[in-house]
Amino acid sequence: MDAIALSRLQFALTAGFHWLFVPLTLGLIILVAIMETMYVRTGDRVYLNMTKFWGKLFLINFAVGVVTGITLEFQFGMNWAEYSKYVGDIFGAPLAIEATVAFFLESTFLGIWIFGWKKIGKKTHLFSVWMVALGSNLSALWILIANAWMQHPVGYVLKDGRAEMVDFAALIFSSHAWAKFFHAVSSGWVVASFFVMGVSAYHLLRKNETDFFKRSLKFGAVFGLAASLFLALIGDTSGVQVAETQPSKFAAMESLWETQSGAPEYMLAIPDSKNERNTIEILPIPKLASFLAFHDWNAEVKGLKEFAPDMRPPVGLTFFSFRAMVGLGTYFILAAALALFFIRKGTIQDKPWFLKVLLFSIPLPYIAGEVGWIVAEVGRQPWIVYGLMKTSDAVSKNLTVAHVVLSLVGFVAFYGLLGIIDFMLLAKYAKKGPEKA
Amino acid sequence: MELSTLQIIWFALWGLLWAVYFMLDGFDFGAGMLLPVLAQSDTDRRVIINTLGPVWDGNEVWLITAGGATFAAFPTTYAYMFSWLYLPLLAILFCLIFRGVAFEFRGKKDSDGWRKTWDRVIVTTSFLASLLFGVAFGNIFRGIPINMVNGEFVYEGNFFLLLNPYALLTGIMFVLIFAFHGALWISCKTTGDLQQKAEETHKKLFLLMLAVILLFLIYTWFDTYLFVNYMELPAWFLVVALCAAAFIAAGFMKGVKAFLLSCAGIVLTVFTGIIGLFPNLIPSNIAPEFSLTAFNSSSSQYTLTIMTFVVLIFVPIVIIYQAWTYYIFRHPVRPEDVADPDVETY
Ligand code: HDD
Ligand code: HEM
Ligand code: HEM
Repeated sequence: MDAIALSRLQFALTAGFHWLFVPLTLGLIILVAIMETMYVRTGDRVYLNMTKFWGKLFLINFAVGVVTGITLEFQFGMNWAEYSKYVGDIFGAPLAIEATVAFFLESTFLGIWIFGWKKIGKKTHLFSVWMVALGSNLSALWILIANAWMQHPVGYVLKDGRAEMVDFAALIFSSHAWAKFFHAVSSGWVVASFFVMGVSAYHLLRKNETDFFKRSLKFGAVFGLAASLFLALIGDTSGVQVAETQPSKFAAMESLWETQSGAPEYMLAIPDSKNERNTIEILPIPKLASFLAFHDWNAEVKGLKEFAPDMRPPVGLTFFSFRAMVGLGTYFILAAALALFFIRKGTIQDKPWFLKVLLFSIPLPYIAGEVGWIVAEVGRQPWIVYGLMKTSDAVSKNLTVAHVVLSLVGFVAFYGLLGIIDFMLLAKYAKKGPEKA
Repeated sequence: MELSTLQIIWFALWGLLWAVYFMLDGFDFGAGMLLPVLAQSDTDRRVIINTLGPVWDGNEVWLITAGGATFAAFPTTYAYMFSWLYLPLLAILFCLIFRGVAFEFRGKKDSDGWRKTWDRVIVTTSFLASLLFGVAFGNIFRGIPINMVNGEFVYEGNFFLLLNPYALLTGIMFVLIFAFHGALWISCKTTGDLQQKAEETHKKLFLLMLAVILLFLIYTWFDTYLFVNYMELPAWFLVVALCAAAFIAAGFMKGVKAFLLSCAGIVLTVFTGIIGLFPNLIPSNIAPEFSLTAFNSSSSQYTLTIMTFVVLIFVPIVIIYQAWTYYIFRHPVRPEDVADPDVETY
């Protein structure tokens, strides 16, 4: 492999690893903030114990989220120097704003929240947890503004051999940015909801702290149902945007080779990129792809053959990832709705099969989020900035294979270690259950 | 505003962000390094770590902001600096990664071996990160071999060239300044024996630190071009003098006053370097015209204007709430505080 391939692998691994921790941070902090709000409002100590128990799990996860984020910030310069030079005028701004506006808020108030239980009043303490929630979700906004610009560049001109910003408003009001923001953030809310439901189910199966975990499960179910409905809705918007502005990605998501009107959607297909066709196509739903693309059953959808072979993204990976994401998204709506239904009926603790389902669903939203990023990022290839700059032109010129191999090996070893430790600690504290205050 | 005015403002802001970063993370690096020197027992170690608990992450964000601001305001410098210094930055990165999780992990398992392991991680990474930042800045002060080939900047150095004596001396100076700064922090934030020990350490480090700073200034005079700007406008020497005065006063005083003076000393140290560098962000030691400067590597006027607004609005807000954090946690951490099961601690 050359320095480009290795740098891509490294970016994919380190970004994907960061994303194992980010979504839980984004969602769980909101749930914890709601729990603490309930405590301050009602004075009921169960809510206080809930805040502390879920808060502790939040912190264990957060620690790795923070340190893996720094890696990504560094890598733009280390591995993608040509990219940074070419687009830094417009791309650097949201990253710097993210740090100034969001990371400070998040980390400073988190310090106050963790250590401030006895130093400040209840209301001030509650305020600090909401500031952490605001900070982390704001950080998502700014990073997704940056990412959305790579998917659909706006507000720039090409000047002196680089992209220069001419319209900041276009950058921050880009409809792509907002769709990506709401989609990615609500995917985090879903991750946290299923995390809370799954851990609660584990304890309910053991008849442990039933009241505490029934209440927690309810938080997860209500929030999870709302978030997964919203997520699917925004995902649909994202799909339309992709079809409009990144036709090669959309064609790969659907594995559609020929341009056609009223294009069908295949539930499953096996793309054969060499022969530019699908070897197997199962369960076509007529005209659905056209509808998803343009909300018009008869619209014309561009096929992959419109693009030269080296201008197409890897079709199979994009296609299957998209199928997995949407399939799982549908499942989350059903599972959260069913959980809420059983809670309403008051029978959830008597349904061990369903509690087991919830427990084993914990990893699924993580998988959906990872494959979601694969759709977005792999589907964008060979572009790093769609239509403007190729990934192969973006890599730092002075990089040697040895350098990148060294860093890659370091990341794999150290991240592997941290991942295992963090997972073990999360499992330990999740199993231990709440401490009574 | 004129482009060149904005570039000068951003050069100063660039320096200021680094200065604030070193002033803040400096004391937690220092406190981390001094762990084995000061702490006699696990309780001592926990007390020290808990003085840092509420603030270290907020301190580190100044680094992310300094990095992000370099990206936004001087993208060309950001791109070259990070890719040319690939290995040293990787090493700093790994230090920061392990250091960050160590704080959170150390208290999460009730086992001496576990805690000792993470304590060692804190000590090593605090020391190494300080040293490496110093080596990096030493190389920036001295210049690195940047050449120009076909109108493009090309780096002709390698990892081992970065470990030159001047840069290593700068690294040692950073380590000593941060240790001094950290000892003062601990002396303000603890009580009893620990506080006394911190005060003694502060005194012991003082002369050593002054000697190394002096050596650094002399070496700088001979090995770098930093003092050229000073000769053109000798009034700048006032900054160096103030810096020395702040550190010396910090050596003779105690408590919060001494700590604040050493904060000033660190900020002025960074500015001593920045004034000498101007307008270079990274000087070339092959030929001055190959240097990356505030003028040849900056963003457009539009971007700099936007970023100026962002910084003018948000950085003061950040300073206000960070100052509030220091106020909330102004009291020293006592051994009984970390033993209280109702209080979240590391
Ligand atoms: C949609 C959300 C999202 C996405 C796509 C990313 N991040 Fe992230 N990041 C967060 C959401 C987030 C967060 C929720 O704010 C984190 C995660 C856990 C945490 O502690 O804060 C965070 C932490 C975090 C930190 C540490 C902040 C601190 O010290 O407090 C840095 C430097 C970055 N990120 C940088 C990046 C970069 C350069 C990314 C892209 C390549 C990136 N993140 C993708
Ligand atoms: C945390 C969520 C993210 C995940 C999981 C993710 C995933 C990926 C993956 C899998 C690749 C490799 C694609 C390939 O090489 O075929 C990639 C590449 C890349 N992504 Fe993302 N990404 C994330 C966020 C972002 C964001 C927010 C940005 C920009 C602000 C970004 C910028 C890039 C860049 C610069 C590359 C390198 C070029 C490349 O390898 O294609 N990524 N990402
Ligand atoms: C339910 C139906 C869903 C639809 C129609 C949908 C649609 C999409 C589309 C079209 C993209 C690509 C956007 C782009 O390339 O710019 C995307 C990306 C993504 N999806 Fe989904 N999605 C769905 C469910 C989910 C679920 C359940 C999750 C995770 C829990 C998820 C997480 C993500 C993530 C993290 C990304 C990358 C960020 C982004 O591009 O917004 N999605 N989704």
